[in-house]
Amino acid sequence: MSIKSGVVVFPGSNRERDMLSALEKITGKKPAYIWHADTELPDLDLVVLCGGFSYGDYLRTGAIAARGHIMPAVAKAADKGVRILGICNGFQILCEAGLLPGVLMRNAGLKFVCKEVKLEVANADTDFTRKYKRGEVWRCPVAHGDGNYFADAETLKRLEGEGRVGLRYAEGTNPNGSQNDIAGILNERGNVFGMMPHPENMIEPLNGATDGRALFESIVEAVA
Amino acid sequence: MKARIKVTLKNGVLDPQGKAIEGALGSLGFSGVASVRQGKLFEVELAETDPAKAKAALEEMSKKLLANTVIENYAVELDEK
Repeated sequence: MSIKSGVVVFPGSNRERDMLSALEKITGKKPAYIWHADTELPDLDLVVLCGGFSYGDYLRTGAIAARGHIMPAVAKAADKGVRILGICNGFQILCEAGLLPGVLMRNAGLKFVCKEVKLEVANADTDFTRKYKRGEVWRCPVAHGDGNYFADAETLKRLEGEGRVGLRYAEGTNPNGSQNDIAGILNERGNVFGMMPHPENMIEPLNGATDGRALFESIVEAVA
Repeated sequence: MKARIKVTLKNGVLDPQGKAIEGALGSLGFSGVASVRQGKLFEVELAETDPAKAKAALEEMSKKLLANTVIENYAVELDEK
């Protein structure tokens, strides 16, 4: 089973090649390369907003990209139920665009963090985590300066109560001070997911482990 | 017409940058600094000459882009000269 995927690229994105390569290896199909100045998306099952430093992180991370030309089309696709995955800067953009609640603030330690963390699957009953087991802990790299998830108390309570926290930093590896150790969250409908870590960099033995593969395989299975 | 938009973090939102600045002031020997919160200031020049319309436009700009109202407050100030 193969799905149609695409990666949105903004000026300053820098993880698109990793993502395109990972998607092609896992889906067996060449993903679409989508430029931010486009106003329409091709017919896709999965739209990925990749990592990087769109617009140099000016104003706030993801703030300017979130108001880009392609974003109304991304919001429309989300409305139709198309799976949207935001990784790192992509997660920041989804929050700034209002497609996910909350915001990613400066890391509590004020330093850019580039290392491997442990992720715990907080909910395995989602389109993005179903190939993992609940409570399973896996290895994944992070590389960000603004990954400190913040939402008001009421939003946080809703996210937790509705099982919308998909992934948490585990075993004391929270690298950024994120509330409730949140690493990845879902929208209300469950078709939009944002996470700070980079599963696309953990998909083949050359990466040191293949723990991130199941995240993409989850989406493939969910679409099928 | 000139305007300033001040963007500040809401109460209760953790401000690690403000904390670091606070610490630096302490280590420079400034005593009695109870707390520091940092924010942003935008200076905007508008072609609009009607203050009410300018104010409304600046409010929109603040809401849509300049501030993230999840964590930030904004205050618009017009130079009415």
